[in-house]
Amino acid sequence: MVLTTTGNKGGDEEMGVLGLESVVAEARTTFESGKTRGFDWRQSQLKSLLRLLKEREDDMFKVLKDDLGKHRVEAFRDEVGALVKSTENALLYLKNWMSPERVSLPLVAFPTVAEIVPEPLGVVLVFSSWNFPLGLSLEPLIGAIAAGNAAVLKPSELAPATSEFLSDTIPKYLDYEAIKVIQGGPQVAEQLLDLKWDKIFFTGSPKVGRIVMTAAAKHLTPVTLELGGKCPAIFDSLKSSRDKMVATERIVGGKWGACYGQACIGIDYLLVEEKYAPILLELLKGVLQKFFPNFELMARIVNKHHFQRLCNLLKNESVAASIVHGGSMNPDKLFIEPTILLNPPLDAEIMTEEIFGPFLPIITLKKIEDSVKFLRARPTPLVIYGFTHDEKLKRRIVEETSSGCVVFNDALIQYMCETIPFGGVGQSGFGQYHGKFSFDNFSNRKPVVRRSFLIELSFRYPPWNEKKLQLIRHIYCYDYFGFVLCLLGLKRCNYRS
Amino acid sequence: MTGEVFDGKKAEVMVKDLRASFKAGKTKPYEWRVSQLEGIVRMIMERETEIMEALQSDLAKPNMEAYLHEISLSKAACLFALKQLKGWIKPEKVVRASFTTFPSSAKIVPEPLGVVLIISAWNYPFSLLIDPAIGAIAAGNAVVVKPSEIAPATSAFFAEHLPEYVDNSCIKVVEGSIAETTALLEQKWDKIFYTGNGRVGRIVMAAAAKHLTPVALELGGKSPVIVDSNVNLKVAVKRMAVGKWGCNNGQACIAPDYIITTKSFAPKLVDALKSTLEEFYGEDPLESADLSRIVSFSHFKRLTELLDEENIPEKIVYGGERDEKHLKIAPTVLLDVPHDSLIMKDEIFGPLLPIITVEKLEDSFELINSRPKPLAAYLFSKNKKLEEDFVQKVSAGGILINDAALHVTNPHLPFGGVGDSGTGAYHGKFSFDTFSHKKAVLSRGYATEMRIRARYPPYTYHKQILLRRVIDGSFIALFLGLFGLHRD
Repeated sequence: MVLTTTGNKGGDEEMGVLGLESVVAEARTTFESGKTRGFDWRQSQLKSLLRLLKEREDDMFKVLKDDLGKHRVEAFRDEVGALVKSTENALLYLKNWMSPERVSLPLVAFPTVAEIVPEPLGVVLVFSSWNFPLGLSLEPLIGAIAAGNAAVLKPSELAPATSEFLSDTIPKYLDYEAIKVIQGGPQVAEQLLDLKWDKIFFTGSPKVGRIVMTAAAKHLTPVTLELGGKCPAIFDSLKSSRDKMVATERIVGGKWGACYGQACIGIDYLLVEEKYAPILLELLKGVLQKFFPNFELMARIVNKHHFQRLCNLLKNESVAASIVHGGSMNPDKLFIEPTILLNPPLDAEIMTEEIFGPFLPIITLKKIEDSVKFLRARPTPLVIYGFTHDEKLKRRIVEETSSGCVVFNDALIQYMCETIPFGGVGQSGFGQYHGKFSFDNFSNRKPVVRRSFLIELSFRYPPWNEKKLQLIRHIYCYDYFGFVLCLLGLKRCNYRS
Repeated sequence: MTGEVFDGKKAEVMVKDLRASFKAGKTKPYEWRVSQLEGIVRMIMERETEIMEALQSDLAKPNMEAYLHEISLSKAACLFALKQLKGWIKPEKVVRASFTTFPSSAKIVPEPLGVVLIISAWNYPFSLLIDPAIGAIAAGNAVVVKPSEIAPATSAFFAEHLPEYVDNSCIKVVEGSIAETTALLEQKWDKIFYTGNGRVGRIVMAAAAKHLTPVALELGGKSPVIVDSNVNLKVAVKRMAVGKWGCNNGQACIAPDYIITTKSFAPKLVDALKSTLEEFYGEDPLESADLSRIVSFSHFKRLTELLDEENIPEKIVYGGERDEKHLKIAPTVLLDVPHDSLIMKDEIFGPLLPIITVEKLEDSFELINSRPKPLAAYLFSKNKKLEEDFVQKVSAGGILINDAALHVTNPHLPFGGVGDSGTGAYHGKFSFDTFSHKKAVLSRGYATEMRIRARYPPYTYHKQILLRRVIDGSFIALFLGLFGLHRD
C-alpha cells in the first residue's frame, strides 16, 4: 500500500503515524490562524476547485475509466458535471449561507438582538467511497470549504487511480496548508480515526460506519454517515405505453446506468404486481438491448473481491433458478451481464444484503399496495422509488414507509437536486448534505444574543419574594397588562399560573 | 420500585413493545401528539407543588428557581409546541427544485425517527427530561425517559405521575442508575438524547455506534465570562451573579464558570461582586433560603477539594464557607488562581467563581480558544469592536453579550454545544427537528421526457454536449443543443 501525502508527486515514501499526525497538525494550525474563515478564502478555494474540474476533465475521465471502466459521458453526468454544478451553486450562494440569520424575540426582551451565526467546526475528516470516487470526495469537500473549515480527505484505496489523482492535483489548485489529501488503506484510516477531529464525514458501508462512529465517540466528534441499503423501486401499472417505456428506461438507467449497479442510490430490486411482471420483464429486456448493445459502455465490477461476492450471491440454487435474463460472467474482464431474477427467495442473501451490482430481482406481489407492508418490514433504505400515477399510493408510500428520500417516476436524479437534503435514516445512515445542507453539515450554528444595559428588570434577582414570583409569572405568559398591574400594585399577586 | 431488576431482557421487551406501538402508527397522528403534550401541561399545572417539593428535596432548590427554570420553562415549551405543531408537521415545499431535474416538484416531509431514548441530568431534573420529551413527542416518536438517579425525588415523581397523564403504551419511564442505563444503552434506538457530562457522553455515543444510532449530546464545559471595564458594573455584576449562583448555585451547564478581566479592573469587579452577593444572599449565605445546596456528598467533596488545593485558599477573596452536614457551600470568589490549578481544569459546576486577569482583554480570546469549546461564552462590554471580535473568534454552543444564562429561554434559538460541549441542538422547533428525519420527496412526470434522451446509453458525443448544457443550467444553450446547433 503506497502511503503518500500532499505535495509528493507520485512519491513512494512511507508516511508512518508521525508523518500523518504532522500533516493533520498543519491543517489545524492553519485553521487556528483564522485563514479559512474569511469569505475571500472560501470563495477563492471554490473558484480554484471549479478551475480544477474544468481544466483537468480529461484526467478525471481517464482515472474513472481506469478505476471503474466508466464511460466519459457517465463520468461527466454523475461526477465531473455534477461537481461543477455543485461548486457553482456554492459560489452563488456562499455569501447568503454565511450571513447570520435574525431571530425574533418577545417584547419583554427589548432591546435585545438575537441571531444565529454560522461558524466552521474546525478540521474535518472526509472518507469517500470507491464507486463515485471523485464525486463522493469532492462534494463533501465543497461543503467543508464553504463552511470555512480545514479538511483532510482520505479517498478510497479501492479506486487507486482517482486517489492518486486527488493527491496529486488538489495541492496544485487548493490551499495545501488547509486542504490535505492522505492516501492509504484501512491502516491509514485507523490511524486517522485515532486523532481528534471536529467532524467526520463518512460514505461507505454500515460495517465500517460503526467503526468510524465508535472511534469518533472517544473524542465526542460528531459524524455524518452516508450508508446504503436496498433501495426498492415500486412499479405500478401505468396506462400509457409511452409512460411504461419511459419508466422502464428510467429504471434501467437507475439500475445499470450509474456505476453499473454499484451505487448507494441505485435501484436494488423491483416490486411489481404479479400480473404485470411478464410485461415489465419484456420491456426491461428491450431497453437493455437498446442501451447496452455492447458491454464496453458499462462500468465494470470494481475488483475481484466484489466480483466474487456477487458471484456468490448466485450460488444459492433457488436464486440461480430464478434467473430469467443474463447471468453470464467474465472474471478476467470483471464483467457480469445485466441479470434479472424473478422472485428469488426472500431470505437469500441477494434479498437481505445490499446487492451493489448488476443483479435486479423482481419481487411480485398480489396487489401493488402490498409493497408498503413489504417495505415496512425491512430496514430503511436510502431512497424508495415509486413509478406510479396513483396519488393514493404515493401518499401511502410517503406517510407509511421510511427512507432517506422518496422519488416518484424517476431514479437517481435526487442526487442532482441541490435544494433537497441528501442522506439516510436508520440503517442507511444519518446526516444530510448537498447544497446548503452541506454548508450546514460542516457548520456550528451559533446563537448570539446581544443585550443592553438600558432596561433592567429588578425582579430577576434574589432575594426572592412572592411579588417577584408573580411578576415573572406574568412575563412568562406574555401577560404584559397583568404584569404592569402587578408591578403598580393594582393587582393582587397571589394566584397560581 | 417493584424490587425487580430492570435488566437487558426487560429493556429488550420494552423496546420491542414500543416499536410495535410505533409501527402500528399510534404516535403519528396530530391528535395523539396534542393529547400527550396537553397531558404534560396538565401534569405541570396540577402537580406544581409536588414538583417544587421534589426539587426542594433533591437540590434544596429555592421555589423561585424551581418555578423560573423548571416549571415555567417546561410549561412554556409545551404550550409553544402545541401552538406551532401544525406548522412543524406540514411538509415544506421546496421552491426551486432544480433546472436540471425540471420539471419536478419537491418537498421536505418531516417524519418521526421511531423509538427514542432520553437520558437526563440531575441539576434541572424536571425540565431536562420534559424539554427533550416534548420534542420527541411533537415529532411523533415513542419515547423512553430515564431520569437521573442523583435527583431521586424528581425521578420518583416521574415514575409515579407521568404515566397518569400520557399514553403508557408509547411513553415509558425507567428509573435506575448504571445497571439500568447500561441495559437501555444495549438496545437499538432510533435516537439517543443525552444530557450530562463528557465521560458518560462518550459511553453513550460508543453504545449508539453499535446500532448506527444518531445521538444528541448536551454536555457542558467551562463557560467563560469576559468583563470589560466600560460596562455598567452594578447591572453587569447582578446579571453575572444571578446567572451563576441563581442557577442552582452554579450547578448549571451554562452557568458562568470563570471570569477573565484586566488586572487593573479586577479590584473594582471583586468589590462589586462582594456587595451584590451580600445583597442577594445576606451576610450569612449558608443560611439563605435562596441558594440551592450541593446535590450530593461526592460533588461536595469534589468542590471542596478544588478550594483546598495547595496555594488556592489564599486566592479566595470572598466566601469559602461550607456546611458539610447540609451540603452547602457559600458563593465563593477567587482571584488570580494559577491557570493549571484544578479549579481551572474541569467544569466547576458549583458556587466557585475564579477570576483570571490579563493585561488586555484581547488576550483572553486565546486563553478561551486554547481550551475545549464551552456550551456558552459571555462578554460584558460596550466596545462594539471587541464584541464583534468575540462573536467571530470564540467558538461556543451559544454567545450572550451583556448578560448571562438568559439565552436558553428563547425557543427561537437552538440550544446545544459544539466540540466537547456536545452535538445537536434543541428548544422550540429545534427540538422537533432533532427528533425528526427530514425526508425529501421528489416528483416527476413522464410528459417532458426529452427526445434526445441524453441521460441514457449508448453515449454519443452529441448527448455529452447536451448533458453539459442541462447540467450547466443554461436554457439557451440547451435550446440550441436540442436542435443540434452548437455554440462551442
